[in-house]
This record gives sequence, C-alpha cells and structure tokens, in this order.
Amino acid sequence: MIVAEQKPVEEIRQVIAPYERVLLLGCGTCVTVCGAGGEHEVSFLHSALQVAQARSGDGIHSFLEYTVKRQCDFEFLDLLTDKVKEVDAILSLGCGIGVQVVAERFSDIPVLPGVNTSFMGMAKEWGVWDERCAACGDCRLADTAGICPITRCTKGILNGPCAGTKNGKCEANKDMDCAWILIYKRLERLQQLEKMRRYYPPRNFRVIPRPRRIVKKADVKVGKDNG
Amino acid sequence: MANSLFEEKLSSNEFLVTTEIGPPKGADVSEMIHHIDLLKDKVDAINVTDHQSSVMRFPSLGGCLLVKECGGEPILQVTCRDRNRLAIQADLLLAYSRGIRNVLCLTGDSIDVGDHKEAKPVFDLDSVQLLKMVRQMESGKDMGGNELKGAPHFCLGSSVHPEADFIEPQLIKFEKKVAAGAQFFQTQGIFDLASLRRFMQYASQFPVKILAGIIVLASARMARYMNDSVPGIIVTQAIIDELANVEKGKGLQKGIEIAARLIKTIREENLCHGVHIMAVGNEKIVPDILEAAQLVSVHQ
Repeated sequence: MIVAEQKPVEEIRQVIAPYERVLLLGCGTCVTVCGAGGEHEVSFLHSALQVAQARSGDGIHSFLEYTVKRQCDFEFLDLLTDKVKEVDAILSLGCGIGVQVVAERFSDIPVLPGVNTSFMGMAKEWGVWDERCAACGDCRLADTAGICPITRCTKGILNGPCAGTKNGKCEANKDMDCAWILIYKRLERLQQLEKMRRYYPPRNFRVIPRPRRIVKKADVKVGKDNG
Repeated sequence: MANSLFEEKLSSNEFLVTTEIGPPKGADVSEMIHHIDLLKDKVDAINVTDHQSSVMRFPSLGGCLLVKECGGEPILQVTCRDRNRLAIQADLLLAYSRGIRNVLCLTGDSIDVGDHKEAKPVFDLDSVQLLKMVRQMESGKDMGGNELKGAPHFCLGSSVHPEADFIEPQLIKFEKKVAAGAQFFQTQGIFDLASLRRFMQYASQFPVKILAGIIVLASARMARYMNDSVPGIIVTQAIIDELANVEKGKGLQKGIEIAARLIKTIREENLCHGVHIMAVGNEKIVPDILEAAQLVSVHQ
C-alpha cells in the first residue's frame, strides 16, 4: 500500500492561509491504514487547526470534513460535487495521486496536499512502515529471492553488495539491513545462489518513461479521450 | 602491447606499490601538485580519488591530468554515484584522449556518508556494469550500441573487501568483477593479515593482481572513528590498542610503523602482489612508510 505522513500543522496552516472555507478531505484506503489521512485523522486535524487558530487569534477559517472511499478514482468523487461548491479550497489528506485526481475532477478550485506521500510498503509492526517496492516497472524479484535490491539497497545496485556493509547493515544507515546480505542468505537457503552469480545488466530506465500509463486494451472504450 | 606503464608492471613479477591522493576541496591545487611531485617516482601509480566518502572535491579526472603533467602514472577513480552512463563514458573518452590509461571502477560510497547529503544519488550503473561498459567501449561501441570514432583502451581495476564480516557475497561479486574485465584489485584497508592470507588462498586461482590496501592511522581515535563511520573499514582491536598506548603526539609515528610492518610482512611472505597505500590526508608521509618498509630502493 501507499504510505504517507501528515504534514506539520504549521505547514498546513500556511498553505490554507488564503482560503476562508476549507474542505478537509480524507481518503478511506491506503492513508487510512497508515494513519495519515483517514476519517480519524481528518477529524483530528480539524480540531488541531481550530485550536491553532484560536491560539493565534487569526480565526478566519471554517472547515468542512469529509472522507471518500478512494480519492484516486473519479467515481468516488462525484459525491463531493455539492460540498465543493461551499468551500474555497480542498485540503486533501490523500496521497499525491489523490490530490491530483481531485484536482483533475474539480478544475475550478485549489486542491492542496495535507500529507507527504512517502513510499509503497508494508506495516512491519504496529506503527512501523517499511518501503518494499519502488514501482520500477521491471520486476526482478524472481532473481533476488523475493527481496528487492532496487528498493532496499540504498544504491539500488544489481550485482551484489558493495563493500560498505558491516554487521549485515547498510553503510548509509546502521539500523537498516543490507539488502544484498538478506538476498544472499535467502538464496542460499533456497539453494539458488547461482542466481547471484549471474551478471545483471544495467537497468533499462526506458521501461519507465514518466509519466507512466498502462492501457489494458480489452477495457478501453474505442475513441474515448484519455487526456 | 600494454596500455600503460602500470599495466606492463602488472604483468611482471614485481612487488607493486600504488598510493592515492585526495584532491583539494577547492581550486587551489598547489598542495596536490607538491604531493604528486613527492610521490610520482616512489610508487608505480597514483590513484586520484573521486569525491572520496562522498565529500565534494576537485575531480579525479583533473587530478589525474595533473599527475600526467608532472610525469607520474595516474589511476583514474570512477564511481557510479554522481554520473550516469552518458557522463561516465564522456569522462572516459576525455581521459583516454589525454593519456590516462588506468581506471579503477567502483560503485562509490553512499551519499549519506558525505557532505552533500541532500544530493540525488545516481547509481545508474554498479561497479560490475561499469567494468563491462568500459570493455564494450574498447570494442568500438558505446553503451547505446553506437559506433565510436576512436575507441579507448584501458587497464582496469576495482576493489575487493577481504575483511568483510560476511565474506561469501563479496567473493561472488569479486568473481563477477574478474569476469567483467578487472585486471587488478586494490583491497579495502587490511588490518588483519590472516584474512588477507585466507583471501589470497582463494583469489590466487584468478588471473588478476591483488594489491593490499594499507591505511595509515594517526591515532586510536581515528581508528575508532573509521570503524564507526567509514564504509568497509574494520580496524582490529590489537591495532587500536597499539595506537592507544603511545605517548601523546606520537600516534602518527606509530601509524607509520604499523603500516610499514604490514607492508614488510606482506612482501616478505609474498602474501599478495603489492600494496596500495592510503594515507588519508597525510600524503606527505608515504615516503616515510616506504622507507620504513624498506621499499625505497626497489622503486627508485
């Protein structure tokens, strides 16, 4: 899932400063799970902003709260049409995709980000999320025992560990496991070390010309304008 | 015919001595030139580091040109941290056109250990891919498969870490580097000769020359700092104790003595094919180490 962190309240106050009526828009999917922008966080942020403006005495804002099931899909945004008419800006607590889909759907109103979208990852334990996928578009996990060196090696290198690894940890961060030591150990356990002995050529960055688009041909309506 | 004087020496049975110079942080190269003059006739080749420890400095390529101008034998260090494949190929073409013939291919330290921590890490290639790329350029084609007008030819080296605390994956990588075209290796700093012996028992089956990395320590504090903060360095407790037990102000002298002792043993016991001395900011003491290791007469 996508993992995000809410921006500091002060930064949020600065971006919403020009707008009197603001819709605080949560998203019910990834950012709900990682506790950055779901219904609960929208409500909490609402209180925090009210407290902050009461304290500073510049109480010009009024807030509306709403959380949609998914911000990254137009079909879930139609519900917002009436609410959007009542506000001057939308603060989206969705990921960077959510912010942009909302902006694309409602072209006449500013849409501002309330979270920093961090990575795609997993909940390692309660309250700890770890990055697992870089969405490189060219998955090599079959060769690396299901451990991604592009994401989990700080250098993203493909032919084995650098010389900076110490005690199984990364030279960039002593708390972080060296991805290549993990890969080696797991390949050894799976009796697949020959996969590590193989030469892997440089990455083909052309598989990911930005921005990326995937067209699943069977589902595309002929002649439909995709922007 | 050999690509370089250094390559010629690699194919001899001589005990090889290389050292390295860290370029200045700034445009004043006078001290670097002084170091080059001091060392160029005492060693077989001089590496010029490429933003060592990810600290921004005068470039390796510029330093190698100075070594060349001063009449020395340079080894260009190329890391993959700061340049993509276009930039590295271009640098190699420039290097070759100006007479630089030895290249040390490295992945490069992480941006996080340096002094520009907010910079974008490139790592478009890794060290193995870099070696392969240079060999492809030598065949007359760039990495995009396009014909080169004038192909470069280099003597290629890389690094290996015999003291890594988890050695097997390092050895797999070493073999990939050999297969990719490395002719010589300068090891990470060696402090425990037992690990070098073990490594050489394994490495001697490959047709490459191994130069043991010798880091000159100036104090126990520096040794501990390196263990904590410098990627790939493992100073033994025995050496730290040895440095800790000298009088104040005598640390560097002790460091020189330790380095010389390691070099002497390596040479006398024929442990590997040579040494690569890294004086880390103390280039001017390299002649003292050579003298203490009784290597001066060999190389003058």
